[in-house]
Amino acid sequence: MNTLTSIKIADIYRWLEEVKDPEIPVLSLVDLGVITNVNVEGIHVTVEMTPTFVGCPAMDFMKSEVITVLKKYGVGDPQVDINFKSAWSSDKISEKGKASLKKFGLAPPPSTKDIQLDLNILEHSVCPRCNGTNTEMKSPFGPTLCRSLHYCFDCREAFEQFKPV
Amino acid sequence: MNEGALKELLYKMADDLLILGHRNSEWTGMGPLLEEDIAFSSMAQDKVGQSLALYNILHALGEQAPDTVAFTRHAAQFHNCILVELPNQEYDFSLIRHFLFDTADSLRWEMLTKSTYEPLSLLAKKIKGELRYHTLHANTWMKQLGTATQESISRLQQSLQVVMPYALGIFEPSPNESILLTEGIFEGESALQAKWKTRVEEIVSGTKLHLPDWKTVTPVFGGRLGKHSEHLEPMLNEMSEVFRMDPTAEW
Repeated sequence: MNTLTSIKIADIYRWLEEVKDPEIPVLSLVDLGVITNVNVEGIHVTVEMTPTFVGCPAMDFMKSEVITVLKKYGVGDPQVDINFKSAWSSDKISEKGKASLKKFGLAPPPSTKDIQLDLNILEHSVCPRCNGTNTEMKSPFGPTLCRSLHYCFDCREAFEQFKPV
Repeated sequence: MNEGALKELLYKMADDLLILGHRNSEWTGMGPLLEEDIAFSSMAQDKVGQSLALYNILHALGEQAPDTVAFTRHAAQFHNCILVELPNQEYDFSLIRHFLFDTADSLRWEMLTKSTYEPLSLLAKKIKGELRYHTLHANTWMKQLGTATQESISRLQQSLQVVMPYALGIFEPSPNESILLTEGIFEGESALQAKWKTRVEEIVSGTKLHLPDWKTVTPVFGGRLGKHSEHLEPMLNEMSEVFRMDPTAEW
């Protein structure tokens, strides 16, 4: 790969579309909303990232994937800065990302504005399979920190929701 | 900024989270039902991760690297409250501790969103959202088991009596209280305790449990000064066993 002589911020975002959430392979880090800033000065690239959950064990892995992909496109010595300057919220997941989650079988998170008012909204999450709302939350904790467990009485299937946070 | 006072605050918070995180992880594979197994394991992961974020701030302030701090100190160098180091015992004990600690912890982080120390206020804004799930979990089970059968109610009541003196130990007064307050870093343990009592009373009033008269409970202090129960040292030995086999290993 040739070394690049000029890089646009939009290029970086396009390349980062290739890096997926390791737990949810249909969702890119850009759509997940964990890429909080991209800074390009000449050919020096710094990507700022923030974890979905402070204890997210996938963060180091995602960081190394970002570096690998940028190097693949010829970015020399890309820097990744993980910080909390722009804290992640599930509201940062793009509309495209929410649609991919649903297709993957994971209920996308409702807006956290509704959650502030009423945590009971979690009790009636929309089933990603049949769109039914006759559901209940089995546990606010699931197989990863960002998912909760639910059951749908309409299609009688268990499902998981990406937690609003 | 008074760095000594700030570090004292960061260490006690980080140590609380690391130690309780480890205790929570001891429920992995042992929970009374699968969902609870997952819940305590998830909360363990959250808490250990949050402690790491605090140890990272301390590292940036010149303290040793997080792994060194977490795995090589002796019990007397830890500043956690004694509440979090007590063995898990039965589920009712763990639930009551989880309820009383996480109620305090979520209020603490909420107060810290206004801290003048930016690394802490940024982290607080992030963590307070995560903790809503911890308190939601605790409050749901308190209400459910605190109104269910005679056995569940009496077990919780008994644990409440046992845990309360230790829970008050969370708020052990710090010699730096007025410095932290003046510098706007943290409003202080007594302000936190007042908010905590109100919130605890509110949740318990929705159950058949009774809170002891606050005036009759003698807090168990000492943890913040490194004076711990006999339970911390063996726990630390177990927690750091693998690390100490080869402290230079790359993970």
